[in-house]
Amino acid sequence: MNEIFAPVLNLLNRLGEMALFLFEGFRQAFHARRLPGKVLQQIYVIGAKSMFVILLIGLFTGLVLGLQAFYAMSMFGAQGMLGSLLALTLIREMAPVLTAVMITARAGSAMTAEIGVMRISDQIDALEVMDISPTGYLVTPRLLASLLTFPLLTSIFTVVGIFGGYLSACVLLGLNEGRYFSGIESSVTMDDVQGCFLKAVVFAVIVITICCFQGYNAHRRSDGKGAEAVGNATTSAVVMSCVLILMADYVLTSFLL
Amino acid sequence: MNQQAWNISLEHLDGGYDGRSVLKDFSATIPAGAITTILGESGCGKTTLLRLLLGLNRPFAGSIRIGGRDICRMSDEQFHKMRRRFGVLFQDGALISSLTLAENVALPLVEHTTLPRKTLRDAALRTLELVGLDKFADYYPGELSGGMRKRAGLARAIVTEPPVLFCDEPTSGLDPITAAQMDQLLLDMKSCYPDMTTVVVTHDLGSMDHIADHVLVLQNGKAAFSGTKEELHASQNPYLRRFLDRKFEESRRMAAPPLDSSVRQALAEWLDD
Repeated sequence: MNEIFAPVLNLLNRLGEMALFLFEGFRQAFHARRLPGKVLQQIYVIGAKSMFVILLIGLFTGLVLGLQAFYAMSMFGAQGMLGSLLALTLIREMAPVLTAVMITARAGSAMTAEIGVMRISDQIDALEVMDISPTGYLVTPRLLASLLTFPLLTSIFTVVGIFGGYLSACVLLGLNEGRYFSGIESSVTMDDVQGCFLKAVVFAVIVITICCFQGYNAHRRSDGKGAEAVGNATTSAVVMSCVLILMADYVLTSFLL
Repeated sequence: MNQQAWNISLEHLDGGYDGRSVLKDFSATIPAGAITTILGESGCGKTTLLRLLLGLNRPFAGSIRIGGRDICRMSDEQFHKMRRRFGVLFQDGALISSLTLAENVALPLVEHTTLPRKTLRDAALRTLELVGLDKFADYYPGELSGGMRKRAGLARAIVTEPPVLFCDEPTSGLDPITAAQMDQLLLDMKSCYPDMTTVVVTHDLGSMDHIADHVLVLQNGKAAFSGTKEELHASQNPYLRRFLDRKFEESRRMAAPPLDSSVRQALAEWLDD
């Protein structure tokens, strides 16, 4: 029986540890010193440094969605609905999910590797013996910065995606731009925008918790030690984040619709 | 706090990792205001003992009294307050790699005080000057040699002028001149802060002879000796004699090359290829 339940108990134990880790991350927001400077630095690392890739992915997502939707809707003579379809797809699903996945790949993996290396080279122990909370020093600034940067980057992704859709549908394929933009204006509601921001915030918490947790606990991994453990922790962080983003997306969507 | 307050007393200590005991029924006393070196073979429990003293690991049993207070029975909050009195030099310095030397040294002050930036930097520079690294204040740890990183680690450990200083292998991996400089630094610290209780984990006998007021020798997780270095040199204990005279156990001599003929054959083919 133990062998059957061991993996389940192990998973529950891990989830519990992650929840406590997240709680400690938020709790330290009230105790950590000189937090604004550290948060600003993380806004630069997570936000500004991810900007280029978000612009690129946003543009091409819009371009390809515009192209696909134009031909698909032409079959029913419904090209006029293209703007509305594209905007709703982007705002409700594509922008928050793809932004979170891209930040995981770019900033989240780097975060896990950085914290993991700090763990195996005694830097986290050094923080502890200086009576500096490692969670407050390493996790809280990233958590707070992500709560700002994820929604901002998601908004940028959406705007660039809509522009990409305009380029492929209106500029390249000749759809009337008035119909494109009026479709967006008439179909997008404030609830959609709020839902988009809610998803971005939830994904931010998921990504930062998982990526920091995996790096922070790299030394406890059973599948490797030292540099190998950091590598495995980084892989786990990216895979787990992506899977949980999609699972959380399904749950949130089912509540928001 | 007077000198008496910062002695360290370990009683019937059991400690290790994942339920595996490295220290077994370990008892010893580390006097206040002196440099105590903890010596022993690799794997005898020196680092485990240091991690227990720093509260990075919890003992399975026994007590650790620092300044007369048992740190194993303290609440987390009380222990954090106690730990503010410790300075720690880790084996490779354990400097934060994303911060410059000056930022690293100033870190404890930055995190625990509201002093203005200029005051913090000045304090860091003065402490770096003490270890001869003021010209490297704006370098990152990755740009420095191992010896420099250790000296910077020492600067960070003493920037708060702690009454208890722990050093893990301060001279390991250093050339003889840099190792001697490191020893001299510890002695200079002693002159600057005469009340400081310094605990140095090492297996460098030359370093022990140079700096130690008190010596603790570990053997298989137990205290094999505790006393002055003169007493240690006079000891006739067979293990201590072997340790001091750098004599190995006859049973560990290599009787024959470890590789068998098939491995040798494979290596020969690889070398001839």
